[in-house]
Amino acid sequence: MTSHERFLLTVEGLTVSFDGFKAVNDLNFYVEPNECRVIIGPNGAGKTTVLDLICGRTRATDGSVKFKNNELLKMREDQIVHAGVGRKFQTPSVYEDLSVFENLEISYPKGYSVFGALSFRRNEDVKARIQDIAETIFLEDLLDEKAAFLSHGQKQWLEIGMLLIQDPELLMLDEPVAGMSVAERKKTAELLNRIIKDRSVIVIEHDMGFVEDIATRVNVLHQGKMLSEGSMAHVKADPKVIEVYLGH
Amino acid sequence: MTTQKNTLFTRQEWIGFVVLAGIILLLLPAALDNFRLNLFGKYLTYAFVAIGLALCWGAGGILSLGQGVFFGLGGYCMAMFLKLEASTPENTSIQSTPGIPDFMDWNQLTELPAWWQPFYSLTFTLIAVVLVPVIFALIIGVAMFRRRVGGVYFAIITQAFAAILTILIIGQQGYTGGVNGITDLRTLKGWDIRTDEAKEILYYVNGVLLLVVLFIAHVVRKSKLGRVLIAMRDQEDRVRFSGYDVASFKIFIFCLGAAFAGIGGAMFTLQVGFMSPTLVGIVPSIEMVIFCAVGGRLSIQGAVYGALLVNWAKTSFSESFPELWLFGLGGLFIAVVMLFPNGLAGIWSEKVMPQINALWNKRPTNAQAGPSKKGAVS
Repeated sequence: MTSHERFLLTVEGLTVSFDGFKAVNDLNFYVEPNECRVIIGPNGAGKTTVLDLICGRTRATDGSVKFKNNELLKMREDQIVHAGVGRKFQTPSVYEDLSVFENLEISYPKGYSVFGALSFRRNEDVKARIQDIAETIFLEDLLDEKAAFLSHGQKQWLEIGMLLIQDPELLMLDEPVAGMSVAERKKTAELLNRIIKDRSVIVIEHDMGFVEDIATRVNVLHQGKMLSEGSMAHVKADPKVIEVYLGH
Repeated sequence: MTTQKNTLFTRQEWIGFVVLAGIILLLLPAALDNFRLNLFGKYLTYAFVAIGLALCWGAGGILSLGQGVFFGLGGYCMAMFLKLEASTPENTSIQSTPGIPDFMDWNQLTELPAWWQPFYSLTFTLIAVVLVPVIFALIIGVAMFRRRVGGVYFAIITQAFAAILTILIIGQQGYTGGVNGITDLRTLKGWDIRTDEAKEILYYVNGVLLLVVLFIAHVVRKSKLGRVLIAMRDQEDRVRFSGYDVASFKIFIFCLGAAFAGIGGAMFTLQVGFMSPTLVGIVPSIEMVIFCAVGGRLSIQGAVYGALLVNWAKTSFSESFPELWLFGLGGLFIAVVMLFPNGLAGIWSEKVMPQINALWNKRPTNAQAGPSKKGAVS
């Protein structure tokens, strides 16, 4: 077994340049199956850009991103999703004009083509799965509610649910607890702890208590470069990290 | 749990459909004389376009200011067939080249261009009425949506296409009839389309076709594809990162709208008896958007009412105040956008339906009739 096959995700030499400004510069990291990787770093470090590059939202200038040995950088966004990579955005992105049920239904991994969507039928399997996910994300009583009427935290949960229903092997979450109340935050931590068990997860988060809780390994980004990588204890003790991010 | 039972028609939608069918097929023919009925038949041909816009724009958020292009292409296909049938060598014996359409003769053409030849066949023409607009929409759609051109840019580009096609038709007088269009259409397979009787029959054909298109639009709107369209309008990125190829959905709905518009155009030619570039350009294209907006862009049935109402108002006003009409139309559009963003359908489902429901639920015998339906527009 070569070292590459051990990893679910291999990021090597990843670089993106916006008019000469390198938002991400020669980044290397490797994610193993079932690990929870947290990316931290000061504002503007390029954390969100890294996720954008992996899921195809931004095109890389150079480098390679391999998921299960398939090069993601050449794929279209929807093909990357089909390969098994799910992405949650920083601001809750749900379909406000549709009900919670319909939001989850659109994410149900069937009927992706035009004619597949036309002939899609809402059968018992679909309903059962949606019910199941809705219970996981604490929204089982709100299935008929329009997503527009949900609270900020509930929208975040709904978007997480929309990803869960696709059962991705790699889940990428961009600040999942940002803007939540304390109670919501606690519930979300519990939810995330439950869903990261059977898959690999990359999380961007600022809340250090939360990071300590969930992280297998931590990457610290600074100005598009990897500043430090390792366990939370290792990173916290790293003088460079203390200098630019955690503070003295 | 109302939303989870995905029936094709809710009771309310079913009633709406039946009422509309009744108005088109029973009420209007009974209430109007032949001249007015033919006029309403013409209005209903615009409703085909408005239904397509309700899907593209209302559901999918794709604003096309060039639907006149597809209406025109459908209409021109039909007109070419009818013109060829009207241009028999006997009818055109005074021309220097008998047997070709009169405008070709005036423009010193001596033989029928090759691309006119297939339009001798009615079967080919009927297929072309739908397929030509669809192919055109497919080309525009692939070029624009694959490159992620959307929003205002897409609207402007479609408007440019409307302008281009108008200029092309006017410029190529010998092949297209120029600014006059294709006129003096007489018979369809020997059946005179100019008689009162024929116009009445065509009105009914038009009405039935419109209901069929309405039904298709409803099925699309109610399928998961319809919900994906709405999702795309709200959060295009989320749809993309949920595994959908957004462009192919946009192309599909744009082509479907074009197909509807093409059928409308063909029915226009049959009922009105000519086709001209004034129905293709920017102004009619924008008017069609107004029909849809007034009816309520989220509602496919509203689109039909919008087309009827605005055109009826247009005819009435422009008969009395021809100069003022355009201002009236502009004012109407501003009023709709500012005061009733969801148009007639919005007024109906937000203001009228709650009143009716309230009255209904007050009646003691119906108190247990079940929860009042939410004001869903179809």
